[in-house]
Amino acid sequence: MSQKFTRRDFSKLVMAGAAGSTLSLFGGAKPLFANQKHVVVVGGGFGGASAAKYIKKLDSSIAVTLVEPLTTYYTCPFSNWVLGGLKEMKDIAQTYDVLKNTHGVEVIHDTATEIDAANHSVTLKGGKVLKYDRLVVSPGIDFDYDAIEGYSEEVANTVMPHAYKAGPQTELLAKQLQEMKDGDNVIICPPGNPFRCPPGPYERASLVANYLKKNKPNSKVIILDTKEKFSKQGLFTKGWERLYGDLIEWRAGSAGGKIVSVDPANMTVQTANGPVKGGVINVIPPQKVGKIALDAGLTNESGWCPVNPITFESTIHPGIHVIGDASIAGAMPKSGFAASSQGKVTAASIVRLMQGMVPAPPSLVNTCYSLVGPGYGISVAAVYKLTSDGIVSIKGAGGLTPMDADDDQLSEEATYARGWYNNIAQDIWG
Amino acid sequence: MVKKITSWLSVGIISAAALVGCNSQPSGTQEPSQQSAAESEEVDPRGQILALSCASCHGTDGKSVGIIPGFHGKSASYLKAALMEFKNDERYSTVMGRHAKGYTDEEIVLIAEYFGSLSQQNSK
Repeated sequence: MSQKFTRRDFSKLVMAGAAGSTLSLFGGAKPLFANQKHVVVVGGGFGGASAAKYIKKLDSSIAVTLVEPLTTYYTCPFSNWVLGGLKEMKDIAQTYDVLKNTHGVEVIHDTATEIDAANHSVTLKGGKVLKYDRLVVSPGIDFDYDAIEGYSEEVANTVMPHAYKAGPQTELLAKQLQEMKDGDNVIICPPGNPFRCPPGPYERASLVANYLKKNKPNSKVIILDTKEKFSKQGLFTKGWERLYGDLIEWRAGSAGGKIVSVDPANMTVQTANGPVKGGVINVIPPQKVGKIALDAGLTNESGWCPVNPITFESTIHPGIHVIGDASIAGAMPKSGFAASSQGKVTAASIVRLMQGMVPAPPSLVNTCYSLVGPGYGISVAAVYKLTSDGIVSIKGAGGLTPMDADDDQLSEEATYARGWYNNIAQDIWG
Repeated sequence: MVKKITSWLSVGIISAAALVGCNSQPSGTQEPSQQSAAESEEVDPRGQILALSCASCHGTDGKSVGIIPGFHGKSASYLKAALMEFKNDERYSTVMGRHAKGYTDEEIVLIAEYFGSLSQQNSK
């Protein structure tokens, strides 16, 4: 059990944050106008777009510039539904028009290539240099393609898509599934921990199985896992048995699941127990922090970014807040919901710091719905608080859909999953 | 309106705030100690930060655009009662019971008052 988190502990953490803010306010950054403070946000996904919108919502006098290369952002949440034929790409497409036109966020479609923490500036690929008072970095993840022999970005883009950043990768995998011969198997290779959206590969297996059952009844899904257990395992396993019989086979790392190499030319993956052939092979490589965070020196020895848990301000570079998959956020998973929750807490903290006020203690939440079938939803939830051990999930709260949930509840959860997507997308990009 | 000085806002923290200094908020009042007392300060700031989480499922400010129930416009007393019922398993839910158990009774009051005050602002 964690120790009591005292007011003294809280003020120590705030003092750390306040020191950073002093630097950022008087450290040479030039705001757009004499009295206008300027926040630059790098990355327009669940974390960055939430931070940008909520800073404007909480204090419209602060200038906010969002840097995001894509004009249309496809969300990873619900991209499995596209793979399973339940949604189309347009259903998971988000744009920045409302942030720009309604909320007053300046949106620049470009890539941040360099962060100068000492001079409080960000350089963009197009050559533009942005000065900031505070910077929010929400770069998500990059893939460690080199971790698997025979795999590469090129292989991912042509033969064995990861489809773990939504967009062209999702379309490629969906097309392969549609074109696959009945009787061939779909191989899904999830990565080791930590990776974004821990239940993602298993929801994917579910919805692919749902598609195969209807369209290619002689095919199977084989999950070659490097892990010994996975998120929502009991609920998924029960659902798979109920809906798909033996159509989905999961192999643990120790049971020949761990892949050592891939052979794109022969459509096989090599495991300790020999080669496995697939009609479609979905390799989800191990993941690392988004490049810009690494280049800016925001990571520690773990490869991820340590932050103050009240403000998500980097403990390495004051004035820079790191949120979402890139941050080390205690017990929080790398999920879109968690990133958005962190984005909003960070927005509220930045606004209060810029208004000369103390940030409030953070309150963070995660809720994660997965579909086992179109009318069969399961969820895991957590409420987090700050203790002397960092961000921990509150005992006695949160948790999984009960194992004995009846069909009505599972069906309601599937319905609420759709409702959740509508509201979170609206809350972030709408 | 009398500002609530709550226990979390300790003396040590106020000195931290003083360090930060600058205030960009246009303010009608001359008094430095009230300079930052914008709308958000009328209720305990913890209410806002606790309440921001709710929007991810229930819509911004509780205005749902999907099938999950919205609660914008509901009174603080209604919201408090509903949340307490979820917390104590006196009201059926899929996931709300799991969430509500994560908050103290005091936090539930803060959340309810925050959304209650939003509704009041809108009805003015």
